[in-house]
Amino acid sequence: MSESILLDVRNLSVEFAMSRSRMGLGPRRSLSAVSDVSLCVAAGETIGLVGESGSGKSTFGRAILRLGELTKGQVFLDGQDMAQARGEDLARLRRETAMIFQDPFGSLNPRLTVRQAIGEVLHVHGKADADGARARITELLELVGLDAALMDRRPGDLSGGQCQRIGIARALAIEPRLIVADECVAALDVSIQGQIINLLMELGQRMHLGMIFIAHDLAMVRRLCDRIAVMYLGRIVEEGPTEEVFGDPRHPYTRSLIEAVPEIDPARGLPAAPLQGEPPSPVDLPKGCSFHPRCPLARSECSAILPPLVGARAHRAACILAPGGQLNKAGDNLPKTIPVTPTERTVKC
Amino acid sequence: MSGAATIRTRRICWPGKVTPLVLGAGILIAWLLVAIFAPLLAPYDPIYQDAAVRLQPPTWAHPLGTDNFGRDILSRVIWAARIDLQIAVFGVVFPFVIGTVAGSISGFFGGWVDTVFMRLIDVVLAFPFLVLMLAIITIIGPGLGSFYIAMALVGWVSYARLIRAQFLVLKNSDFAMAAVSLGYSNTRVMFRHIMPNAILSSVVFSMSDAVLVLLNGAAISYLGLGVQPPVAEWGVMIAEGQGFITTAWWITTFPGIAIVTLAMGFSLLADGLGEAFGVRE
Repeated sequence: MSESILLDVRNLSVEFAMSRSRMGLGPRRSLSAVSDVSLCVAAGETIGLVGESGSGKSTFGRAILRLGELTKGQVFLDGQDMAQARGEDLARLRRETAMIFQDPFGSLNPRLTVRQAIGEVLHVHGKADADGARARITELLELVGLDAALMDRRPGDLSGGQCQRIGIARALAIEPRLIVADECVAALDVSIQGQIINLLMELGQRMHLGMIFIAHDLAMVRRLCDRIAVMYLGRIVEEGPTEEVFGDPRHPYTRSLIEAVPEIDPARGLPAAPLQGEPPSPVDLPKGCSFHPRCPLARSECSAILPPLVGARAHRAACILAPGGQLNKAGDNLPKTIPVTPTERTVKC
Repeated sequence: MSGAATIRTRRICWPGKVTPLVLGAGILIAWLLVAIFAPLLAPYDPIYQDAAVRLQPPTWAHPLGTDNFGRDILSRVIWAARIDLQIAVFGVVFPFVIGTVAGSISGFFGGWVDTVFMRLIDVVLAFPFLVLMLAIITIIGPGLGSFYIAMALVGWVSYARLIRAQFLVLKNSDFAMAAVSLGYSNTRVMFRHIMPNAILSSVVFSMSDAVLVLLNGAAISYLGLGVQPPVAEWGVMIAEGQGFITTAWWITTFPGIAIVTLAMGFSLLADGLGEAFGVRE
């Protein structure tokens, strides 16, 4: 990370207060959607944030842009903490960051034409005067590969891919330095997905954007991202340069995610030991490592200690068996996933 | 909403291009023209009493007959269109505006503002609609002005609740969040992004509401608290004619038909607008 750090998130937590059980007489509970997450984004760098549904990826993405609640932690943008920013500081955050949403139709106001939607950004941020607006809108549309003839259409007249491109054009209109793309291709056809990914890659490089790409499609992330962070139940369990993480995953969760990526190769069978069950409830997180109830390598220590992210600076994992972890000082990677006997497992967990 | 209700299809085959929207707008425009050109269209003075032609059935001279004071029913129905259209419009506009403002503030800001408005709405809703209106009109004194005031004080709650519910949904929509993320001000997000989408269902509802207001106005006038005799108003006319229903059916029937057609016009327009906006009632 020789590049200048654009965004530096430190120990961010998001908790949602829940209504009390037992008709309001039960204990005060809260759902911790994101706990203690730290992440750096350099200018021009694309970071993939992956994990199952409910792992807190989107909540995290929204919290750093101050679009959602944020309980604890700091979000430094160019060294200025934005976590509690208000007024002019918050306005600066809004000017320098943009978000691309999952639902291409839902993220556009159905009553506004393309021209109005993009023109509004230019107008509010004083990016272009009335005369320059049209030229700039045309330019932005061309940038995302759309014909300027679509300018007077409304989202209802456009396809999902076109809408997503307009969402991207609108995000680019404020000339952001950081973009958070929240599952921005999940709702699109596979062929369109590829186009949008290529577009984002190209734009990211050309404009030297920092990008956080939230997704659950690992193949997509591998193609697009420089670094990858894997989230499980609100925590980052592994983080590192994309190829290192894919080539040599150090957390059992990452390993099972990668094994589960379907490939068009009949020779390669289905994963031998797919992940069982569903993530535990974030209201009542397991003690210790929150992955241990599903982990094929779980030991008795796992339910006692919450493993910190360990390893060399670039590639780290939160597992006691990972290189540098409490039970692995030798530095070899995780043991192979050997199906342990059922009795052993029950004792361990 | 249950699955069966969502897939309910209610398609009537309208001949040619005559959609509910066109038909409803047509009926309303026709009544509007009648109201505007009442002095030209009405053959007699609506309040002129001619004792010589009391309680006459429809004849060539009096196409819709005359009432017990010898007043021409046709002329009275035509002149009454002015009053009744006014009732339908003003009886809807004031509650609409008040309810929209209250509901959007309540839904957008939430918190204690929302609580205050919601409790206020509960208070209004705790009383039966007509009883509360009658109470208010009795306090202020009978007349059309009092009717509008009472309508505004009681009717805004439906609009407020409708708009608030829309705001609650749309406030958390992606496009509202996108607007916030693009650095737009609260006012801009509220008025340019949420409001135009939230207001559609209220516009549709206001058309159906106009029907109810019209009937309410007729009911209030019937009770003697709205339009005062001898001014021609459909509700008043029905009230005055009811004693003669067995002997002179035309006194009550024609104003009744007028109310029904105007109400149908609003109702069809509501249907048509709902379809055009993609709003399901």
